[in-house]
Amino acid sequence: MERIPILKMGPFLLVTIQVDLYDRLALNLENDLISMVSKTGARGVLIDISVVSIVDSFMGRILGNIASMSRIMDAETVVVGMQPAVAITLVELGLTLQGVHTALDVEKGMELLHDKIGLGLNSEQEEEGSDDSDE
Amino acid sequence: MNTTAQLLHDYKKNILENWMQNQLADAALRDDLISNDEMRRQSEELLEGLARAVSNGNVDNVYAPEFEQVTDILTDISITRARQGFSPRETGMYVLSLKQALYQVLEEKYKSQPEVLYKELLVINNLLDKLSMVTFDTYIKGREEVILRQNDEINEISTPVIRVWEGILALPIIGTLDSARTQIVMENLLQEIVNTGSSIAILDISGVPAVDSLVAQHLIKTVSATRLMGAECIISGIRAEIAQTIVHLGIDLSNIKTKATLASALQLAFSMRKVEVRKIASNNGFNQPR
Repeated sequence: MERIPILKMGPFLLVTIQVDLYDRLALNLENDLISMVSKTGARGVLIDISVVSIVDSFMGRILGNIASMSRIMDAETVVVGMQPAVAITLVELGLTLQGVHTALDVEKGMELLHDKIGLGLNSEQEEEGSDDSDE
Repeated sequence: MNTTAQLLHDYKKNILENWMQNQLADAALRDDLISNDEMRRQSEELLEGLARAVSNGNVDNVYAPEFEQVTDILTDISITRARQGFSPRETGMYVLSLKQALYQVLEEKYKSQPEVLYKELLVINNLLDKLSMVTFDTYIKGREEVILRQNDEINEISTPVIRVWEGILALPIIGTLDSARTQIVMENLLQEIVNTGSSIAILDISGVPAVDSLVAQHLIKTVSATRLMGAECIISGIRAEIAQTIVHLGIDLSNIKTKATLASALQLAFSMRKVEVRKIASNNGFNQPR
C-alpha cells in the first residue's frame, strides 16, 4: 500500500507530499502522522505541498485535522509551498485552514517552527537570515 | 433577370455617382476618418455585390447564400467603422443614403409607369432596410468587441504588483473590486509572491471609491489566499468614510492588519522584516537636519 514518508528532523517531523492525494492516502497520512507525533514526541510538523496541484475540501479538512490533533499533542503544524491555484481553490471553497501556520518554502517554514516552539534562532543567524516571519 | 437586378446592372454608374454625392453632401461626413477614394472603392464593391446578389431574383432574404458577399462587405465596413470611432448614425446613414440614390434613378426611369415605380420602391425599400439592420447589428457587435477588449486591457493594467522592497510587495487597487477583478488581483499577487519569494504583501485600497460588503468579502478572500501561501497581508489606504462603512456594515477585519496609509503599512512591513530605515544626519549644509 502506498504511503507518504514521514521524516524526523530533530524535534520536527517533515512530510513532503509528492503525489496528488486521494482520500485513502490522506487518511493514512493523518493516522501515520499522529502516531509518529506521539511516538517521537515531536514539537512541530512541517508539511510541504509545493508539488500538489489539486486540492479538494476533503484534503483541506485533513490538513485542518492534522493541525488540531497536533496542537492537542503540543506540536505546531506548518504547511509550506502552497501553489497559487491551490490557495485560490481553498479560499473559494471557504476553507481558510484556521489554526494552520503557513510559509512560502521549507526554509521559512523551519524558521517559523523554531520561533513557534520558542527555540528561536540565535542572534547571529537572525541577522544574516532576513527572511524570518514575524509570527 | 428581374427589374431590380436589371436596374442595378444598367444604372450602376449613375447610382454610384448619386450615392457618392449623397454621402459627400451629408453634413456629418467624417472625411477625417475615411478618404473619398476609400469610400468610393467600398461603395463600388458593395454595389457590384448587390447587383450580383439580386440577379437570381432574391430581393427579400438577405441571409441567403447569394447575399453572403454583400453582408460580408457590410460587416467588414461597419466593424471597421465601429473601431474607427464612427457614430451609429453615421454608419447607418451609409446604407440609407444608397436608398436615396436608388430612388433618384428609379424616379427618372419609371416616371411614366407609376405602378412599376411603386412596386420597385417597395422592393428596394424592403431590401435596404434589411441591409441596414445587418449594418446596425454588426456595428453594435464591433463596438462590444472594442469594449470587451478595453475591459481586458484595463483589468490587465490596473492591477500591477510592485516590489517595493526585498520581500515586500505592494498592490495598489484602483477602481471597484468585482469578482472578476478580485480573481485577477489574487492570481497576479499570488504568482508574484511565488516568483519573488516575498513574505509581505501590502494591498492599498486608496483608489477604491467605495467598500461595500461584497468588496470587503473579496478583500478578505485575497488576504486569506495570501495567508495560505505563507505570506502576510496588510491592507492600507483605508479612508475615514471606508472605515465608517466597514463598521456600519458589521464587517469583521479584526484579524487582518490594516493601516491608514501606504507609508504606515510600509513602516509596519519594515518592522515585521526587521528592517530599519533611518535619516542620515549630514552636516554638508545642503541637507540640514531639522
